[in-house]
Amino acid sequence: MDAFMAFLTIFTHPELLLLVGVGTFAGVYVGAIPGLSVTMAVSILISFTFSWDVLPAISLMIGIYMGGVYGGSRTAILLNIPGAPSAIATAMDGYPMAQRGEAGEAIGTTTVMSFFGGLVGIVVLGVLAPVVSDFALKFQPRDYMLLAVLGILLVGSLSSGSLVKGIFAGALGIAIGTVGMDPLTFTERFTFDIPLMRGGINFIAVMIGMFGVSEALMQLHHVDTPAIRQKINRIVPSFGTIRKHLPLSLQTSTIGVLIGALPGTGGDIAALMAYDHAKRVTKNPSRPFGEGAIEGLVAPETANNAAVGGAFIPMMTLGIPGDAVTAIMIGALFIHGLNPGPMLMVEQPDMFWFIVGALVMANFFMLLFGLTGIKLFTKIVEMPRAVLIPLILLLSIVGAYAVNNSITDVYWMLGFGVFGYFMRHYGYPLGPVILGVILSRLLDDNWRRAIISEREDLGRFFHGIVTSPLSLVLFVAVILIFVSQTPLWAKFRKKETASK
Amino acid sequence: MQDHVHHHDSTRDGSSDATPGGIVDKRRPGELVFTACLVIFSGVLLWNAYGISGFEALSGAGSVPMATAAVMLISVAIVFWRTVKLSKTEDETVMEDITPPLVIILALFLVAYGVLLKPLGFLPTSALFLIASIKLLSKRSWGFTLLVSLGSLLAIYLVFRIVFTVLMPAGIVPEAEALQLLRNLFKGGA
Repeated sequence: MDAFMAFLTIFTHPELLLLVGVGTFAGVYVGAIPGLSVTMAVSILISFTFSWDVLPAISLMIGIYMGGVYGGSRTAILLNIPGAPSAIATAMDGYPMAQRGEAGEAIGTTTVMSFFGGLVGIVVLGVLAPVVSDFALKFQPRDYMLLAVLGILLVGSLSSGSLVKGIFAGALGIAIGTVGMDPLTFTERFTFDIPLMRGGINFIAVMIGMFGVSEALMQLHHVDTPAIRQKINRIVPSFGTIRKHLPLSLQTSTIGVLIGALPGTGGDIAALMAYDHAKRVTKNPSRPFGEGAIEGLVAPETANNAAVGGAFIPMMTLGIPGDAVTAIMIGALFIHGLNPGPMLMVEQPDMFWFIVGALVMANFFMLLFGLTGIKLFTKIVEMPRAVLIPLILLLSIVGAYAVNNSITDVYWMLGFGVFGYFMRHYGYPLGPVILGVILSRLLDDNWRRAIISEREDLGRFFHGIVTSPLSLVLFVAVILIFVSQTPLWAKFRKKETASK
Repeated sequence: MQDHVHHHDSTRDGSSDATPGGIVDKRRPGELVFTACLVIFSGVLLWNAYGISGFEALSGAGSVPMATAAVMLISVAIVFWRTVKLSKTEDETVMEDITPPLVIILALFLVAYGVLLKPLGFLPTSALFLIASIKLLSKRSWGFTLLVSLGSLLAIYLVFRIVFTVLMPAGIVPEAEALQLLRNLFKGGA
């Protein structure tokens, strides 16, 4: 009953409701405007909502997250530019539809399907998270350590063409996270005897630099790209279209939740896998896939919104993020004194149910804003980059400064912004860096706990891994990711594709 | 393979989170230098990590930093080795495709912003920054530039000062006094 009351909190507090609404509205536009990303918005917002109470801050950020995952599809359809990673698959059939003058239908279907997928994801979250967290209470420190490594590796290997670059980025993140005083022994780590570095590097400065400044600098390459105007017709899809694709959307929602729930995989992978699934199971698509098949929209859009609910499962129950955005959400929860993990579910179940309620609300707002305000939308998307870029840069500076009222954080932020800019140019993924920073504490603590409990004996440590089924599965998964990068595996894959 | 429209090719620049950028089978200008810097940096980190607690205990403060730095060094050394072997992109230069003048100028603006923020204060520094960069990027008239920059600065100031209660350095602007005056005015009026 308490859980239900906590779930209802959002519906009975007008100010929280308003914040979710504002957040979702902002999220849809942030996700849609090329050059703005949800990761960027949430990282900058963390610092601004720093002094708020936890419930309003979370409400706003959940709105942005939910709206942003959906908003990315708009530009994918209209401009062939995915506004967010999770909308890559949406562009494949959405843009051809827009070219045929069916932008309105594409957007309408996308909205309703995102809503549907989102709901499925939230239901699964509500049902599964308590179960997973019960199970997670039995996790050993080494399991957490392995999960953290697995998460970083997965993000690294899936988000870029090169796993080694992903591994480097993840390790760099862990190194950044360990700068400062070691909380156990009070030894200085990576401080280079500079007093300012004893307190560590503020992870919000790192995030804003990497996702705000570096992105804005990157956009300077496209400052003269003109905005393309699109005509948009009727937007509310017919009931028949929705009903016809219900079976497919149920399947792809399930794929979305499952992929989202794996640590290290988020909406982008879910959407691509769902697209692939739709291609295989749809016998008679409305048009061939890639030329504007409506099934090619239904699948990724249900999956990426279902993945939001899915991604909250490892985030809330284990403290392991699924992608860069959830990593930042975990950072936000940390800042407000919450510690995502199985103990959160035991000690503060109300918080969990509140978040579920906020997600449901955000989902409804997404439907509302998705099906209305299309005129305003086309205006906002045409905002020239010459204005947008300076504003992003200014907000990044204000955000970095606001956390601690410290100019040092601004310099860190600028430094990481420039560094991230070069990383982007040379094909290093940024997601693993943030995951590494967020997970470094968990990784460090659990490694030390694990090895102390094995009396500093590596042999016993590995014996522990092989004799526990869970640890073994995680360990094998980590090894598999490495093997998949060796020349041997590439040869094997080549043979397989050649024989097809 | 090399197309003439690459200046607008967003996949190459990694200009959205969706695309990490880079070119898989070619070496971009400056890439080798960047990678070499990362190798040196990782080496220094490893040396520093070794200094934390050495090999005294597996659970020591330095073990995770050491492992991390070692992973960084090994992985970036592999990247370096692969980068050396790649052939260069034929049509790119550092000044055109990696750090064009606009990027350098804007980066310098940002540094200037950091330097001026404390002494000048948030409002004048931000106004200068927005006017300079919007004028530079949009190449529109001064009227447009001033209207857009000052208008959006006012909006940002109101939202962040009042909704988010963010305190920025006041600098030369008597901000607290102005706000107090405003409050008194409203009180007097009511």
